[in-house]
Amino acid sequence: MLRHFRASVVMLVLMTVLLGIAYPLAMVGVAGAAFPGQAAGSLVEKDGKVVGSSLIGQSFAGDTYFHGRPSATTDTDPADSTKTIAAPYNAANSMGSNLGPTSKALVDRVKEDADKLGKGVPVELVTTSGSGLDPHISPEAAAWQVARVAKARNLSDAEVRALVARHTEGRMYGLLGEPRVNVLQLNLALDALPKR
Amino acid sequence: MTLNGWAQIALFCGLVLLLTRPLGGYLDNVMAGRRTLLSPVLLPVERGFYRLAGIDPAEEQSWWVYARAMVVFHIVGFAFLYLLLRLQDLLPLNPQGMSAVAPDLAGNTAVSFLTNTNWQNYGGEATMSYLSQMAGLSVQNFLSAAAGIALAVALVRGFARAESKGIGNFWADMVRVTLYVLLPFCILLTIFYVWQGVPQNLSSYVEATTLEGAKQTIAQGPVASQLAIKMLGTNGGGFFNANSAHPYENPTAFSNLVQMLSIFVIGAALTNVFGRAVGDERQGWAILAAMGVLFLAGVVVCYWAEAGGNPLIGALGVDNAAGNMEGKEVRFGITLSTLFAVITTAASCGAVNAMLDSFMPLGGMIPLINILLGEIIIGGVGAGLYGMLLFAILAIFLAGLMVGRTPEYVGKKIEAREVKFTMLAILCAPLAILGFTALASVIPVGLAGPANAGPHGFSEILYAYTSAAGNNGSAFGGLTGNTVFYNGTLAIAMMVGRFAIIIPMLAVAGSLASKRKAAISAGTFPTHGGLFVGLLVGAVLIVGGLTFLPALALGPIAEHFALLAGTLF
Repeated sequence: MLRHFRASVVMLVLMTVLLGIAYPLAMVGVAGAAFPGQAAGSLVEKDGKVVGSSLIGQSFAGDTYFHGRPSATTDTDPADSTKTIAAPYNAANSMGSNLGPTSKALVDRVKEDADKLGKGVPVELVTTSGSGLDPHISPEAAAWQVARVAKARNLSDAEVRALVARHTEGRMYGLLGEPRVNVLQLNLALDALPKR
Repeated sequence: MTLNGWAQIALFCGLVLLLTRPLGGYLDNVMAGRRTLLSPVLLPVERGFYRLAGIDPAEEQSWWVYARAMVVFHIVGFAFLYLLLRLQDLLPLNPQGMSAVAPDLAGNTAVSFLTNTNWQNYGGEATMSYLSQMAGLSVQNFLSAAAGIALAVALVRGFARAESKGIGNFWADMVRVTLYVLLPFCILLTIFYVWQGVPQNLSSYVEATTLEGAKQTIAQGPVASQLAIKMLGTNGGGFFNANSAHPYENPTAFSNLVQMLSIFVIGAALTNVFGRAVGDERQGWAILAAMGVLFLAGVVVCYWAEAGGNPLIGALGVDNAAGNMEGKEVRFGITLSTLFAVITTAASCGAVNAMLDSFMPLGGMIPLINILLGEIIIGGVGAGLYGMLLFAILAIFLAGLMVGRTPEYVGKKIEAREVKFTMLAILCAPLAILGFTALASVIPVGLAGPANAGPHGFSEILYAYTSAAGNNGSAFGGLTGNTVFYNGTLAIAMMVGRFAIIIPMLAVAGSLASKRKAAISAGTFPTHGGLFVGLLVGAVLIVGGLTFLPALALGPIAEHFALLAGTLF
């Protein structure tokens, strides 16, 4: 037994140095050299300031922007650290709603959003994502918002629709994944249009 | 359900089949200690490890010595990981100033990562320092996976050897798997994941100012290096709370495909290792075929259930064409979310790219069933193969009873001793699952756990103990598990699910290794054909059905009928 104990301790120390220190640190070095943008979190800058990450969704509420999906993330209640409060798109605390399909809380929440958005709203605009940080909406969900954004920005529907089309990514090799629109990128493109 | 969806599923299955044989050959070479492509670089490292640890890699261990070495290694690993988590606030690489992990949570987490479960009663980005993730959790991801593969290979040797006392050397098996298989693949995978967008840095969390002027704190970390082993070792513990649903932990459909392949590829290859070891690769393909039948059945049901959408939401005037999207990500949609869910629970991975708690009742029942059946569909690296081989022993025993002769499997007579240990291994996990679920369903500290009311709340409890005892680690995440009661009972379930299977399994291996090989005769039941595959699938379904159908009726099945009746909870 003592022999196994010695072997276990030495083996664990060696493995920890190799797999727990050398491997991840070497990978930080290699990744930073080969793909510096991705390794640092695909951050997006505007006028020299970080406005977010192209992979991480953020909250949009105003009419002039396309909106992402509802988000179920929370944060610690500043008034009482034992409680949590709703904090959509909290990228330091990813989570889904974990509401089951027969949950009254789920159906009530969807009903409230669906009543606001109108009949026939695409389902992902009234359902929260798994991470609460989904950066995408479907092309249908973008099309649903075109008229509102165009009106708020004093643009024609056709102009906004063309912009959406330019920011629609298809399936990889026409096969893998789903067609989608990155909401932050689309909104940045909206802001970059010449002002009128 | 769409044509594109079926095409994506077919692509995945095709790639797994393509990789099985080449990787099986490589694994076979590594475990036999033969020279491989990487030997010139790794052989000196391997020898150095043996010398420092005072190990003779050529020493053959009996099943009892092998088991003891494995258990002692786990105990030392537990102590180290527990201390690391308790002391993380005093150690470096903690830019967010995470505090020490509480004792019950640290204990639960240490057991969880040691047993290859990766059940998480915490959110990674809000709890763990970078050092804890790298030097603690990642290391156990490697070692628990290596131990699993080592154990499966030990059982395979039991079948392959004749009149032998030893079943291999635990230390050599573990070191070889880690150095020649897991680490090199993880290096390649890490680079791939970073290319796809997974972060790999040691920076503190980024403070961004959103377009609308709000502050957004974005968690960072050495994600890619941990993600690589999390998937390849079928560990499944997320760097982030949302696991592979998090866009940093699974940014694209391409990264998603590679993650799904990583979960299955070693488990599938091990069936080929088995076939090679017993001198007939068809024996391996037969095992894989039985796994494939069960897998595809699960995929079809789960995909169907989720693609139909939630009728209660459709009734509110919502366009449900995209399916049940609560808890799912747009880039994966229904197809890749359901496929991932079935894969991760067929294997004992437990990573998720969609929240299983929000699946439809029957959609969420499939992952549950996959784990309940014993995760023998590909299964955890190693664990899946030894689990399925135990069922093969049972199936062949049942067949032997029917025709009234002593059963044989790949040339080994299956006798009372093997069948007793096999049944012990098969029945311990159900005892933990059903016993703890029943307990938690009646006492207040248990009932405080589920976030959802009604049958779904019961499903959350059942899923938790199933996942723990199955060493899976996925969750119906609504359950509040970070309490002394759940931390404790789940940890016990995880240990039962690991050791109460491994130790009897090693006893079977030892017993088989000592037997002589029976010659194949006209009376030998062929175990590489369709009849055997059917028998094996039947044995798995009968044991699982008899044990768990009542529990399923109280949870997902009751919820399904409530949903059809429009009942809310």
